[in-house]
Amino acid sequence: MASPIHSPAATPPTTAHAHDAHDVKKDVKKYLIVFAALLVGTILTVGMYYVHIPSLVITITVALFIATVKAALVAGFFMHLISERKAIYSVLLATAFFFAAMMYLILWHRADIPSKSNWWEGNITKKEGPRNAIR
Amino acid sequence: MDIPYTVEPRPDTGLYNAKVGIWLFLASEVMLFGALFSSYILLRVGAMGDNWPHGLLNIPIGTFNTAVLITSSVTVVLAWASLKMGNFARFRKIQSITILCALGFLGIKSVEYKDKFTHYEIWKKDGARMTGHIEGNPWFWNTATLDAKNLQSVKFHPDPHHYAEAKPKHKEAAGAPAAGHEEGHPAAIDIPRADIKRLSAYVPSHSTYFGIYFTLTALHALHVLGGAIVIFYLWAFGSKMWRTQPIRFTNRIEVSGLFWHFVDLVWIFLFPVLYLL
Amino acid sequence: MQTTHTHVHGAHEVHHHPPGFLTKYIFSTDHKMIGIQYGVTGLFFLLFGFLLMALMRWQMAYPGQPIPIVGQLLLALLGPEQAAGGVMQPDLYNVFGAMHGTIMVFLAIVPLAFAAFGNYVVPLQIGAIDMAFPRVNMASYHCYFWGGVVMFASFFVPGGAAKAGWTSYSPLATITDAGFAVNGQTFWILGMVLLITSSLLGAVNFIATIIQCRAPGMTWMRMPFFVWAEFVTAFLLLLAFPPLEAAAVMQLMDNIADTSFFLPSGLVVGGNPLDVSGGGSPLLWQHLFWFLGHPEVYVLILPAMGIVAEVITNNTRKPIWGYKSLVYSLLAIGFLSFIVWAHHMYLTGMGTKISTFFQTTTMIISIPSVIILTCFFISLWGGSIRFNTQMLFVLAFLPMFGIGGLTGLPLGLNYAVLHLHDTYYVIAHFHYVVAPGTIFALFAGIYHWFPKITGRFMNEFWGKVHFVLSLIFMNLVFQPMFGQGFAGVNRRMYDGGATYAGAAGPMEAEWWAHIPFIGPVLYVMKAAPDTATVPHYWIDLNKDISHAAWALGLSQIPFILNFFISIWRGRKITSDNPWQATTLEWQTPTPPPHGNFDKHIEAHRGPYEYSVPGTQPDFVPQNQ
Repeated sequence: MASPIHSPAATPPTTAHAHDAHDVKKDVKKYLIVFAALLVGTILTVGMYYVHIPSLVITITVALFIATVKAALVAGFFMHLISERKAIYSVLLATAFFFAAMMYLILWHRADIPSKSNWWEGNITKKEGPRNAIR
Repeated sequence: MDIPYTVEPRPDTGLYNAKVGIWLFLASEVMLFGALFSSYILLRVGAMGDNWPHGLLNIPIGTFNTAVLITSSVTVVLAWASLKMGNFARFRKIQSITILCALGFLGIKSVEYKDKFTHYEIWKKDGARMTGHIEGNPWFWNTATLDAKNLQSVKFHPDPHHYAEAKPKHKEAAGAPAAGHEEGHPAAIDIPRADIKRLSAYVPSHSTYFGIYFTLTALHALHVLGGAIVIFYLWAFGSKMWRTQPIRFTNRIEVSGLFWHFVDLVWIFLFPVLYLL
Repeated sequence: MQTTHTHVHGAHEVHHHPPGFLTKYIFSTDHKMIGIQYGVTGLFFLLFGFLLMALMRWQMAYPGQPIPIVGQLLLALLGPEQAAGGVMQPDLYNVFGAMHGTIMVFLAIVPLAFAAFGNYVVPLQIGAIDMAFPRVNMASYHCYFWGGVVMFASFFVPGGAAKAGWTSYSPLATITDAGFAVNGQTFWILGMVLLITSSLLGAVNFIATIIQCRAPGMTWMRMPFFVWAEFVTAFLLLLAFPPLEAAAVMQLMDNIADTSFFLPSGLVVGGNPLDVSGGGSPLLWQHLFWFLGHPEVYVLILPAMGIVAEVITNNTRKPIWGYKSLVYSLLAIGFLSFIVWAHHMYLTGMGTKISTFFQTTTMIISIPSVIILTCFFISLWGGSIRFNTQMLFVLAFLPMFGIGGLTGLPLGLNYAVLHLHDTYYVIAHFHYVVAPGTIFALFAGIYHWFPKITGRFMNEFWGKVHFVLSLIFMNLVFQPMFGQGFAGVNRRMYDGGATYAGAAGPMEAEWWAHIPFIGPVLYVMKAAPDTATVPHYWIDLNKDISHAAWALGLSQIPFILNFFISIWRGRKITSDNPWQATTLEWQTPTPPPHGNFDKHIEAHRGPYEYSVPGTQPDFVPQNQ
C-alpha cells in the first residue's frame, strides 16, 4: 500500500545522514574533546569567583562569555547543530532573537521609568528610587 | 489503515519528524527558562542592597554537580553513537552512566535543598538580623509556627557572619562558604519570641532571591527528572524495539538525548548566574 | 536496501479490529475526530462565555435588580455571598467579567480557530494522511478539555472563580480571596497551565506537520493561505506562551507559597501589612503576561483571516489577489507581534524612550494587517460572487474587521491612551475585531466545511437569517461603546458606571438619542456635553446595549438548531466537492476516511486555480 506522504522509493535519502557508522567513530573523538573543554570551562568560571576581579561588569561578562562558549559547544557538537539543516537554525535564531528582545525590553522599561519628583530632569538611576516604588 | 511511523528524513528538509518536533519543543523551553532568567535579572536589579543575599550557595557542591551533568551529557551522545554503530550492548553500558549521573545530580540537589530548609534567618524587632540554625534542625518553621507551638523563645545557633556583612567569600578559604555547615557551631542562644519580628527558613518565601532560586532550580530539576525517566524507560525496555525497528529506536535515543543536552545547557547558565555572580 | 518507511506490520501481525467507542470518540488520534472534539467543546465554551456576559449585561442595564429566573438559579448554585436575593453581587460581577474574558479567549476562540479548524483542515489541505504526532494531538485535546473542566469547576470553589480580571494582575490576583487556602485564582492558574500545555503541544504538532508532511509537489508557495495562517499562528503560540507559563508558576507560588515575585514591599491590606518578604515587581507580571497577551490576539485573528481567504476565493471563482503579499504580511505580523506588547502598559509610568519604541512598532504592525485586508478587498473585484451564507459572513468580516483595526490605531499611541485606557472604547475596539471579526469568520468556516465533515448542507435560509440578525445586533451592541469610551465610561464597573454618572447632569432622554448609530452623534452635536463628567445619557445607553446583546443571543438559536438538525436531516451532498473548490480537502471521499485520501496525492499547481482560461469547469483541483 503506497504511503502518500513519501516520494516513491526511487529517490534515495540524500546526505541528510551525516553520520554513517564510520563517520560516527570520528565523532566520538570530537565528543570527548568537547567534554574536556567543558570541564576546563567550568573550572575557569569557578576560578574567576575565587580570584575576585574588582569590576562587576567584567566578571559578569567573562562568566557569561564562558557559559556561552560552553553552551555553543554542547549545542554544536553534542546536539549536532553544526551539521544540521537550515530549518532548525532559523527556528533557533528566531527564538534567540525573541528571548533577547523580551529580556532587553523588560529591563529597558525599568531603566526608563521617570522618577516621581523630578521627571523633567530625566530618568532614575537604579539605586536612588523610593523603596516602595512600583518597579 | 494504520498511520505508519516514519523514521526516514524527508529529502528536502533533511530531518525526520521527531527531530523537528523536539527542536520546536526546545525552542519553547528556551522561552520558558528565558522568562525566568529575565525575571531573575529584573528582581535582582530591583532589590535594594542587602536584600539580595550572596554567598549562600555551596560552590564546591555546585561545581561537582555541574561536572556530573556534563558527564551525563557526553555519555548520552556516546550512547547514541554506539547505537549508530550498531552496538546495543555498549549503548546500555554507557547509558546506564547517564542515568546514574542524573540520579546523582538529583540526590545532590536534594541535599542542597535540605540544607536550605534547616537554615534560618531571624529579623529582630530592633532591626538586627541573624542567620543560623535552630536547635534540633527542624524544617520549614516560620513566624506563625512559633505562635502555633506556643514557644516563648527559640534556641538558636547563629552563624559567624550574616550574609549582608562584608563579603565573606574573600575571607573564607575555598570550600567553606559563609553560611554553610561548620564544625562546632557557636553555643546556642535563646531569643525571646517577643524580640522576633520575622523568622524564616531559606525557603521561597524568605526573599525574592530564594523565590527565584528555588523556582529556577526546581523547574530545572523537574526537567532532569522527566528526562531521566524517559531515558531510563528507553534503556530498560528498548531491546524489543531495537530488534524490530532499530532506526526508530535510534531516533528515540537521539531525541531524548537532545532534550537531555538542553537540560545540561540550562544548567550551564544557571550555575554561574545563581552560584557565582 | 533501506525501506522508505517502517511499517508496523512489517515486523508482526496487526489485527485490524474496528476501534471501540473509547478509542474512536474519546481517545482518538485521528486529526479529524480531534478537530471535531475541539470544535464541539469550543462551541460549548463560546456559548457559556456568552451567557456570562449576558448576565453581566443585566447588572449593567438594571443595576441592583434581581435577575429574572436565572437570579434564583445563581443563588441556589453559588450562595448568598455571590448572588444574594438573585442580585449579582460586586464580586460575582468581577468573577463573570474575568471568566468571560478567560473563557472566550482561551477556551473558545483559540481552540475553535486554531485547533478545531486547523486540526481538521490543515492535514487535508497539504495532502497528509494525519498530523505528524497523532498521539501528541490527542494529549493536546485532553489537556484542553481538563483545563476547561478546572476552569468550570472554579466557579464552585469557596470564594468563587477568579475575579482579578482575565489579565490576573498582581498584587490583586494574590490578595483576592487570600483567606481561602484553595481559591478561584489558584484554579485559574492551574487551568491556565493545562491550557498552555495544550497549546504548546498543538503548536509543535502543527509546525512539524506543515514542514514535514506536505504531499509531493506541495511547495511552500503552493500551500493554501489557511495553512500559512495556521503555521504562523503556531509559531506565535510556541514562543509566546512559555513566558506566561513561567509567570503563572510564579504567581501560583505567590498565592500559595507566600513568595513575593510580584508583590512590592510595604503592601498594606485591610490595615495590616502583608506578611510577605516583598521586593517583587508587579510590573514583571504585566510584562510576562502581555508578552503572550499581544501575540495571543494575533492568534485570535490570523486563522480567521485564513478562513476568509479560502471562502473568498471559492465564492468569487478567482484566485486570491496578492498571494505573495499576503504570505509576507503574515510573516511580518508574526515577527512584529513579539515586540509590541507594552502598548498595553502605556500607563504604568513608562519613560518616553521605551514608549516611543513601542508606539513605533505598534504603528508598523498595522501595515501588514492593512495589506491583508486590502488584498481581500481587491480579490472581490471582477469576481463572480456566489452569495451563500459563508460568503455573507466573510463579506461582513471585511468592514467589521476594518472598523476594529482602525479603531485600534489611536490605542497604539500613548497620548490618546491617556484618555482611552480602560474605557469602553477599548472594549469596543477589541470586540469589533474578535466578535464581528473572528467569530464571523468562524461561522463562515462552519457553513463552508460542514458538508465535507458531515456529508450534508446546513440550511441556507436559516443561515442567512442567522447572518442578518447577528450582523445587526453585533453592531448595536458594540458601536455605542465607542461613544461611551470617549465620554470616559470606565471598564469593569459593577453598576455600569451609574454611580459615576450620578454626579453629572440630567440625562438627555429624547427618543431620537436612542436611534442606533445616529442617536449618539446627534446627542453629541446637540448637547455638546462637557467631557469631564459622564452624562447619564451614556450610562443609559447600557440598556440599549444590553437589549441588543440579548437579541444577539437569541439570534444564535437559528444557528444552533440549524447546526444540529442538519447533522441528521440536512440536504445531502451530491458530490464530494459541493462548492467546486480547488484545495485538496475537497478531493477526498466524504467524510474523509482514516488516512484521508483513497489515492496517491500530488500537488501539480497552485491552490486557487479558478477561472483558468480554457478549462471547462471553472476550476482546476490542486492535484490535477
